[in-house]
Amino acid sequence: MLEIVDLHAEVNGKEILRGINLSVKAGEVHAIMGPNGSGKSTLSSVLAGHPAFTVTKGSVTFNGKDLLAMPAEERSRAGLFLSFQYPVEIPGVSMVNFMRAAVNEHRKYKNQTPLSAGEFLKLMRAKKEIVELDNKLANRSVNEGFSGGEKKRNEIFQMAMLEPCLSILDETDSGLDIDALRIVANGVNQLKTPENASIVITHYQRLLDYIVPDIVHILYKGRIVKTAGRELVAVLEEKGYDWIKKEVGE
Amino acid sequence: MVQDSYIALFNENKNLFLSENPQWYIEKRTEALNILSEKEIESFKDAYTLDYGLNVSRLPFAGDPFSLFRCDIPGLATSNYLVLNDSFYAQNSEPNLPEGVIICSLSEALKDYSDLIKPYLHKSNISNADMAINTLLAQDGMFIYIPDGVQLEKPIQLVNLMYGKVDMMAVSRNLAIIGENAKAQVLVCDHVYGEEVNYLSNRLTQVFVGKNSTYEHYKLESSSSKTTNISTLEIYQEAGSQVLSNLITLANGKTHNRVEVNLNGKGAYLSLNGLGLGQDSEKIENHTFINHNVAGATSNELFKYILNDNSVGNFYGLIKVMKDAQQTQAYQTNRNLCLSKEARMFTRPQLEIYADDVKCNHGATVGQLDESALFYMRARGIDPVEAKMLLMFAFVHDVLDNVRIEPLKDRLQLLIERRLRGDNTHCGGCKICR
Repeated sequence: MLEIVDLHAEVNGKEILRGINLSVKAGEVHAIMGPNGSGKSTLSSVLAGHPAFTVTKGSVTFNGKDLLAMPAEERSRAGLFLSFQYPVEIPGVSMVNFMRAAVNEHRKYKNQTPLSAGEFLKLMRAKKEIVELDNKLANRSVNEGFSGGEKKRNEIFQMAMLEPCLSILDETDSGLDIDALRIVANGVNQLKTPENASIVITHYQRLLDYIVPDIVHILYKGRIVKTAGRELVAVLEEKGYDWIKKEVGE
Repeated sequence: MVQDSYIALFNENKNLFLSENPQWYIEKRTEALNILSEKEIESFKDAYTLDYGLNVSRLPFAGDPFSLFRCDIPGLATSNYLVLNDSFYAQNSEPNLPEGVIICSLSEALKDYSDLIKPYLHKSNISNADMAINTLLAQDGMFIYIPDGVQLEKPIQLVNLMYGKVDMMAVSRNLAIIGENAKAQVLVCDHVYGEEVNYLSNRLTQVFVGKNSTYEHYKLESSSSKTTNISTLEIYQEAGSQVLSNLITLANGKTHNRVEVNLNGKGAYLSLNGLGLGQDSEKIENHTFINHNVAGATSNELFKYILNDNSVGNFYGLIKVMKDAQQTQAYQTNRNLCLSKEARMFTRPQLEIYADDVKCNHGATVGQLDESALFYMRARGIDPVEAKMLLMFAFVHDVLDNVRIEPLKDRLQLLIERRLRGDNTHCGGCKICR
């Protein structure tokens, strides 16, 4: 599904990603872990097409297409979803208008007719339940005045609405209390199918207690320095990231 | 001075200007003449230097003036009046107005209702050269009188239409007297016929709102790049009166709106709003003066601009709280978006407070569309153009919320959307714009 080969990227002239190689297949859940500043969020931003980052080398193929050649909106329509670490507040734009615009763009991309207002609201009601999102929130402006937990639940709600084939969850656990974490993780697990895949980016192991990864990567200084099964999470938990630094010879 | 030729025009045609004017109005004209000989024209002075046609000798329009214009806002049922250049016209079939309501031309009012209007016009200040030109040269306009206790159901719509085969100038004056416990909505639409000739209009509107009355004033401009529109609105509010005003500049050439509101009674409430959409080389100026003259009044001011291309926006807002105006609440907000590097916005929010027990604040911002919000929307698959539209709509949303005539609000939403999408079609589809 996703094939990243020797990906290098920089921001403001500073190289952050220094040769990432990663292969994700349908049905898999990958975890990318690593200490602060290792490039985890840069990787997700580059994959989502954030204009602040420049790819200097390498390729990313997504379902056979050149992902890096697509603008951000097309990546989304093609089935890539980024759950933002810091979801953006958009005062004055209602959740309903925002989501309807997004869903209908996705439908247009798939040559489907736009949803009627009634159909759309029905879909929204159904999907809200997945993350127990309050009805009132849907009537408010996008993320405006949402608590940290509500913002993250709203991200997973959007994911449920758009049904991506690859979702990247960027530090979705940050700022969540244990109840919100469980709700968010439950939401993600409910959306899992044999046809889609997820990349869970996190600093801590606690989210991975709920979203169990098949493959775990450790990102350090812009490279994936170790890849193993889910048992790696426990090793990291026990030994911390210093152990990795020693392993790579520092 | 620029105005010398206009002073000369008045002097040469004194008998035309002063014929049928009551003595007190002739004195007013003389006062204006003296002021004009001293005060410089401040806004868009160059526009006065062209050689315009001016209908000094009051030639009537040959034909049905209403054939030039048909407002087609769906569902908007108004009592419709026209000021063609500077001449007032009512429809042949006069609308059914409640008893005691007068809507007629100002020239007629000066003849027939001199005693009624004298207290209002005689004492009004001529505070600048624009108003002096108007007082000196205006021969007609619209007069509205709503007696005590009368609540108008239908909005009164006044279309100011510039029409000419050569460069044309119009000076008109409107007066509205709203009694006590009365209610009226006035919608003023500034339009022009044709894109080719230069138009200059100088229009003065004075509104006196009596105790506990409700008055709404909407001014909408959709004109042409060769139009200079100098417009003054003065509102005087008595105790307990509620005034809502909204000035929307959709498409124009050079526009100068001067609004002065005097809150003269306890419990008076003012909501003063404006929106300017600039593109090409349009210039949009809104200069507002809110005077809290007595205690216990409230004003809420909100002006927003979205400027593209080389357009220039200008906002000046002065709120004055006089010494005895305790328990005043006054809030002023001016927010602006510059969509291009060339667009310029000038803003000067001002508070002058001479009382010590007041709640006042003001704020102004100039910025661009939020890049992080744009990326967030794109990351959900929303087209960048649509994402920008959503953000711009969000931006103007609170100004539109202050339009309380629903069909007008719906139409404005459509017109604003078209305008923001760069569609040059002006006002909806009425005859003059086709």
